[in-house]
Amino acid sequence: MVDIIRFRDDAATDQQPVGLAELTGGSNATAVRLESNEDARALLPYLAQLTLIEVAFPTFRDGRGYSAARILREAGYLGELRAEGDVLVDQMLSMRRCGFDSFVAQAPVDRATLDATLNRYPNVYQPAADAAVPVWKLRHG
Amino acid sequence: MYQYDQYDQAIVDARVEEFRDQVKRRLAGEITEDQFKPLRLMNGLYLQLHAYMLRVAIPYGTLSGKQMRMLGHIARKYDRDYGHFTTRQNLQYNWIKLEDTPDILADLASVEMHAIQTSGNCIRNISSDQYAGAAADEVADPRPWAELLRQWSTFHPEFSYLPRKFKIAVIASEEDRAAMRLHDIGIELVRRDGVLGARVFVGGGMGRTPMIAPEIAEFVKADDLLSYVEACLRVYNRYGRRDNAYKARIKILIHELGADEYRRQVADEFAHVKTLGIDPPLAELERITAYFAPPAYEQGISDDIDRSDPDFALWLDQNVKAHKQPGYAIVNISLKPIGGIPGDATSDQIDLMAELAEKYGFDELRVTHAQNIVLPHVAKRDLYAIWQALDAAGLANANLDLVSDIIACPGLDYCSLANARSIPVAQKIAERFADLDRQRDIGELKLKISGCINACGHHHAGHIGILGVDKKGIENYQLTLGGSGAEDTSIGKIIGPGFDEDGIVDAVERAIEKYREVRTPGERFLDTYRRVGADVFKGAIYG
Ligand code: HEM
Ligand code: SF4
Repeated sequence: MVDIIRFRDDAATDQQPVGLAELTGGSNATAVRLESNEDARALLPYLAQLTLIEVAFPTFRDGRGYSAARILREAGYLGELRAEGDVLVDQMLSMRRCGFDSFVAQAPVDRATLDATLNRYPNVYQPAADAAVPVWKLRHG
Repeated sequence: MYQYDQYDQAIVDARVEEFRDQVKRRLAGEITEDQFKPLRLMNGLYLQLHAYMLRVAIPYGTLSGKQMRMLGHIARKYDRDYGHFTTRQNLQYNWIKLEDTPDILADLASVEMHAIQTSGNCIRNISSDQYAGAAADEVADPRPWAELLRQWSTFHPEFSYLPRKFKIAVIASEEDRAAMRLHDIGIELVRRDGVLGARVFVGGGMGRTPMIAPEIAEFVKADDLLSYVEACLRVYNRYGRRDNAYKARIKILIHELGADEYRRQVADEFAHVKTLGIDPPLAELERITAYFAPPAYEQGISDDIDRSDPDFALWLDQNVKAHKQPGYAIVNISLKPIGGIPGDATSDQIDLMAELAEKYGFDELRVTHAQNIVLPHVAKRDLYAIWQALDAAGLANANLDLVSDIIACPGLDYCSLANARSIPVAQKIAERFADLDRQRDIGELKLKISGCINACGHHHAGHIGILGVDKKGIENYQLTLGGSGAEDTSIGKIIGPGFDEDGIVDAVERAIEKYREVRTPGERFLDTYRRVGADVFKGAIYG
């Protein structure tokens, strides 16, 4: 059983994500996996049918998934957005900010470290896909 | 100068605690060096040949006396009593212990400084014109825009794992003192119909494939700037190459796509990003700009300077530049004593420069990409006193922009990527041309040395560039001619086969003597080279 770290109240789907090609080929799947070299915008026509989008992180250095997540949230996707692969605890704050709300990490994640990491910064400088209010808004109301 | 408010301070303080925790986990063996590496790199901490190296950010090269003193204090307490000012307007310490770094960062945070994003594949420290706010030719002070970008880019959640590092420079004069078009993004502030905006160049860089950034936008309004830059970065983050670290910079993407296609993709992305509300109101730029208001200049003070001391007069002519305010001048402090290490300063020297800034310079200093220090606003009547103090500390080298004002990277003396030493070559060349009369006769000559093809020493942009290469295990040096990092940006060309350490010094001298022989009055080395071409120099160098 994989360890899913989730920041959602709804129940996790038990559907296995299908690949992008299968989805765009006419599948009515509700869960899809996006590889890091695939275009997140190809998913936009299917957002209404999807409840889980899993974005692959083949290595922690491959940051394309951060843009993919934001693009999906910017398009109004509200379902589960999962980062899967070489996902490190010190990256999860940025990932949360880009809109990810679940994680399946290759290496074990210490929950106490994760909690500390997610709560360390009192403020942010820029708006992103989360609800954090940028300091310029605090400064100018 | 910009001052932190409670939000800025809280963010930097949180960073110190985060890194303290990461170092603790590392020292306790909870994380491996492999896992720790990206974390320390985000904090400017490199593992070098002999020790850890810590790179401290000096945003757009501006700092106060108090901040400068802290740099001296850290050098004294945690390093070997000196620091190294770099071409990216930062400061590096070469002999740092891992367990000390959290305390060093805490010391820095106490004076509104940090080491955030001074390495790693993220948006690095924003650089700017060292004469910002003082130059007569600027359309505005570029630093408020740089500060706006600094805040936007700090811990940007989408752009912390870019294909490669990302460097931004902002200038506001036609004369380019910051090598703007050799950055991933270069911004030139311009005025159109009285409105200030940004001319945006994207895709410049040095490294093994030097490129000059093409113009991507001719005018971006202040309240569109962050959306526009975000769009530039998003296209890069999604499509920049990740298969080969040497091809991962944005310059390669733009080269492969073509500037027109990149511009089109950015325009599409911008149209979308602009709807997200990420641009702060103009009031935020105004808030920041207020911190950069001109200092309280004395009005009506004299422009006269007593030049009777000949050594002072030499320094005055070479290192002191015109200021936009009558009665004031810009002082350049050269960190290039003959035989010294370019960019190094001892703790005592750092303290002295801080003291001079506090006493005579409205408490402001700048670091230049040529690894020198600037006191941007000094009353002319104080110049002699300043010169005397500098002279007593070995800091009155009157060689700004002359052949001994050499940019050199750390090279094989410190750097784990180096092929060859840079510092000893710089020292030998400076010693060969030690005679100041000879240097002044040669005139402006920008000589830049890198210890490997990564080009940290800007050799591509040198009127004369020297590149260390490894030839069957022996240090070897290639000579390039004709580069420029100024508004006439150009990339130097390799002139012929390489040399050993002594050979390269001779070759430089032969090139310079050829220039003296064929120059026309008023022509700089670079101008002569451009006029007569490489062959004339080739003949002289290889005989
Ligand atoms: C000693 C440790 C250092 C390491 C390991 C290092 C590493 C690198 C690497 C790998 C590149 C090439 C990047 C690329 O082309 O993608 C590079 C470029 C560069 N580095 Fe360094 N560097 C070091 C020190 C410095 C220092 C001391 C300076 C400033 C004096 C500096 C400033 C630069 C600049 C200006 C470039 C070229 C700009 C560009 O990449 O377009 N680096 N460095
Ligand atoms: S140019 Fe090469 S040798 Fe010099 S600092 Fe950069 S990586 Fe090191």
